[in-house]
Amino acid sequence: MVQPMLQVDGVTMKFGSLVANNRVTFHVNKGEIVGLIGPNGAGKTTLFNCISGFYTPTEGRVVFRGTDITGMKPHLICKLGLTRTFQIVKPLKEMTVKENIMTGAFLHVNTRREAEESADEILEMTHLHDKRDQLAGSLTIADKKRLEVARALATRPDMLMLDEPMAGLNQTEVKEVMELCVSLKENGLTLMIVEHIMEGIMPIADRVVVLNAGEKIAEDVPEVVVNDENVIKAYLGERYHAQSKKS
Amino acid sequence: MIEQVAVSGLLMGLIYALVAVGLSLTWGVLDIINFAHGEYLMLSMYTAFWLYTLFNMDPYVSLPLAALLIFVIGYLNYKIVIKKVIDAPGLTALLATFGLSLLFRNLAQFFWTPNIRFISNTIVTDKKIELGSVVLGMPQLVAAIGSIIMVFVIYHFITKTKIGKAIQATAQDKSTARLMGINTEKIYALTLAIAGAAAGIAGSFMSTFYPVYPESGMMYGLLGFVIVALGGFGNIMGALYGGIIIGLAEAFGAYFLGTQFKYAVVFLIYLVVIQFKPRGLFGW
Amino acid sequence: MVIIRDILRDQKKGIAALLVLIGLLPFIIQDNNFRHVMIMFVLFAALGQAWNIITGYAGQTSFGHAAFFGIGAYASTVLLWKFDVSPWIGMLVGGIIASLVACVVSYPCFKLSGHYFAIATLAIGEIMLQLFVSWEYVEGATGIMLPIKEKGLLNMQFHPANKLPYFYIIYLLFVLIVSIAYIIERSKMGFYLKAIRENPDAAMAIGIDTTKYKLYAMAVSAFLTAIVGSFYAQYVMYIDPFMVFALRISMQIVLLTVLGGLGNIFGPIIGSAILIFLSQYTRIILGGTGKGVDLILFGLLVVVMACYQPNGIVGLFRKFVTKRRREVGVHGTADVAG
Ligand SMILES: Nc1ncnc2c1ncn2[C@@H]1O[C@H](COP(=O)(O)OP(=O)(O)OP(=O)(O)O)[C@@H](O)[C@H]1O
Ligand SMILES: [Mg+2]
Repeated sequence: MVQPMLQVDGVTMKFGSLVANNRVTFHVNKGEIVGLIGPNGAGKTTLFNCISGFYTPTEGRVVFRGTDITGMKPHLICKLGLTRTFQIVKPLKEMTVKENIMTGAFLHVNTRREAEESADEILEMTHLHDKRDQLAGSLTIADKKRLEVARALATRPDMLMLDEPMAGLNQTEVKEVMELCVSLKENGLTLMIVEHIMEGIMPIADRVVVLNAGEKIAEDVPEVVVNDENVIKAYLGERYHAQSKKS
Repeated sequence: MIEQVAVSGLLMGLIYALVAVGLSLTWGVLDIINFAHGEYLMLSMYTAFWLYTLFNMDPYVSLPLAALLIFVIGYLNYKIVIKKVIDAPGLTALLATFGLSLLFRNLAQFFWTPNIRFISNTIVTDKKIELGSVVLGMPQLVAAIGSIIMVFVIYHFITKTKIGKAIQATAQDKSTARLMGINTEKIYALTLAIAGAAAGIAGSFMSTFYPVYPESGMMYGLLGFVIVALGGFGNIMGALYGGIIIGLAEAFGAYFLGTQFKYAVVFLIYLVVIQFKPRGLFGW
Repeated sequence: MVIIRDILRDQKKGIAALLVLIGLLPFIIQDNNFRHVMIMFVLFAALGQAWNIITGYAGQTSFGHAAFFGIGAYASTVLLWKFDVSPWIGMLVGGIIASLVACVVSYPCFKLSGHYFAIATLAIGEIMLQLFVSWEYVEGATGIMLPIKEKGLLNMQFHPANKLPYFYIIYLLFVLIVSIAYIIERSKMGFYLKAIRENPDAAMAIGIDTTKYKLYAMAVSAFLTAIVGSFYAQYVMYIDPFMVFALRISMQIVLLTVLGGLGNIFGPIIGSAILIFLSQYTRIILGGTGKGVDLILFGLLVVVMACYQPNGIVGLFRKFVTKRRREVGVHGTADVAG
């Protein structure tokens, strides 16, 4: 069998008595788009943090292209070719859009000119070209989301982990992100995407991993996952819960 | 001799605690380092000095007046200056409080000269209590007891009263506090005023044994920062313990290493503790 | 105002023009008093510039830069006084020591966030002061009178009545520091430092070793601060710990830079100009009564600026420039349409 791009092996993350991830195991193959879904508070962001080095898992292992990266510093993981974005966007506010992207590009180049060239390419790709000289802090939420992806792309990753890149976007914008993801995949990138917007993730994902209350409850192709009983229950449960809260 | 050192350190530490409580509240609630806090102390000491010199009022008698005056100054500081900088980015708030501190200190120097003055004859001056081998200076003893009472009064106020709870809620999460219907503006102003009053009281006590001059609050302000950071900002009991630790550290540092090292010891302790507890010993 | 606008638009030209102007002034105006003021102005502008690297760019607030200033002053002074070493070499040694000290003491503090880091640097500065006050080898609180050596560039000593050579030495150091700041600002390091300032998590996520870059910034900043300290000692010919390690120095650096504009090359220059000219000339006009009128005015200015212009004076110009640009822009499109 070929070695997977990313192997998550029994990852458990506890915050005191709260178990945010419970022995989660799955893998991502090279060139795949894997969706990571689950109701609010399921532990998706926590899992991202464990994989990208922002948290050290309480238990378990994370292996990226054969290298054990469990507990490794985030910047080293990024240098290995695995870059993540944040659900709560983190723009470098007092820098322009282009400068934000250049900062990412500096991972592989040392001169300003090379970084600019690299940034120009990505500006084009992510439809941010017109806004390149705006301060990142002044962007709309949709553009901040775009910038988040653009800056991560600038590090030229082999695998990209996106945390809700479509949240807060309108339909056209969601389409754009989907197209971008597909074209990245066509260029050989591997993607893992956390997303609540099913219309956004299901059509582009090769496989979907479902988390609920910290545990993996399903992993399959989208068509199977949407009909999975446990998954429906988890989501219905959430909706039911939300309704009962309202009344 | 050791007992004497410990007791003197403890007394001083309690006074530091009262100075630090105000700073801690300001830091915890408004999230700013108030560089003018030491100057509140200085202004209170001058208040005591002038009321004593002009009207022969004992500092203990003028204490409520000084407290009230600095309460008002703290309130006005918020209304006129801090309010405008509280949400500003970067070092703006710090710039503002540092500007205030410069202003107060140099105004004091302008009006009252840089001369060092003493309040020479209060009801406690030169009085002592001897407990075995330990000699307690009456001014320090009264100041320490007064300080610890005040610290507990403030603690009670913050944790038990409605306004106090609103202050606490604002410190923990400003936007939630607003949603709960708390007028955070008012809370900020009140916090700074209370911090001022605490410094005003501490200053009155200190004027009975400490020289009065434009820079007399500076070192206390600095030690205050260290105590607050040591205790964990926003935490009143943290300020109390921090104050005691620093008071003792200073006294023992002076005893074992020489007076010139006393502050070095204090700052060093802070640096060491913060390595293990990056948010202070008792962060909120 | 047009000049200012152009300066801000084309940074490189603007900086060059400003530097030339500063360099020429003391040459043209042959008043010793004025030259002294210019020396202090350039000296503090240089200090602000150095501090800006760690605080303005990297966002790590240091309240303890007097420590490095003092180390520089003492290093060259002690080497000259005890070992007859040229202050130029002393300056280099001081810079290196300051860098090392900066790395050793700030490394453990970098994990502290916000105010905690600032208070830690303040503590470090105060510890340095106390250490030097009680260090007998360097005469403790008494301070050191620098030995009079043969006059000339080698010993960095000149006839006291002639301030021009002193001015040009500090001026060259200043130009050096500005150049370094300029190069850093535009390089990968500048981008990385700003990213760390803006959002450390985002910085880490895009592969920035935040600790390493903060250390670099601290080392460079401390080095540059120390060499200015060495010059200062040579200029005043007498130092004691309270002069060079004072919190007052640390805070003056902070204030003038923030007042002028943080994280910007022009900031410290403008800030220092205001601080120094205000203090020197109020002193001259009102007589050296030590009444602190200059500091009252400065305090007031600082408060007013903080309240109404939080981005410093550079921010004020910026606003003006963007406004003008917008006007010009609107005008431009109107032309096309017409
Ligand atoms: N640093 C932390 N400390 C304590 N608890 C945390 C921390 N981070 C997350 N949690 C808890 O872990 C659980 C999982 O949170 P997480 O953010 O991973 O969920 P999520 O699946 O990303 O949810 P959402 O869809 O809302 O983004 C939640 O109960 C959350 O409160
Ligand atoms: Mg999440």
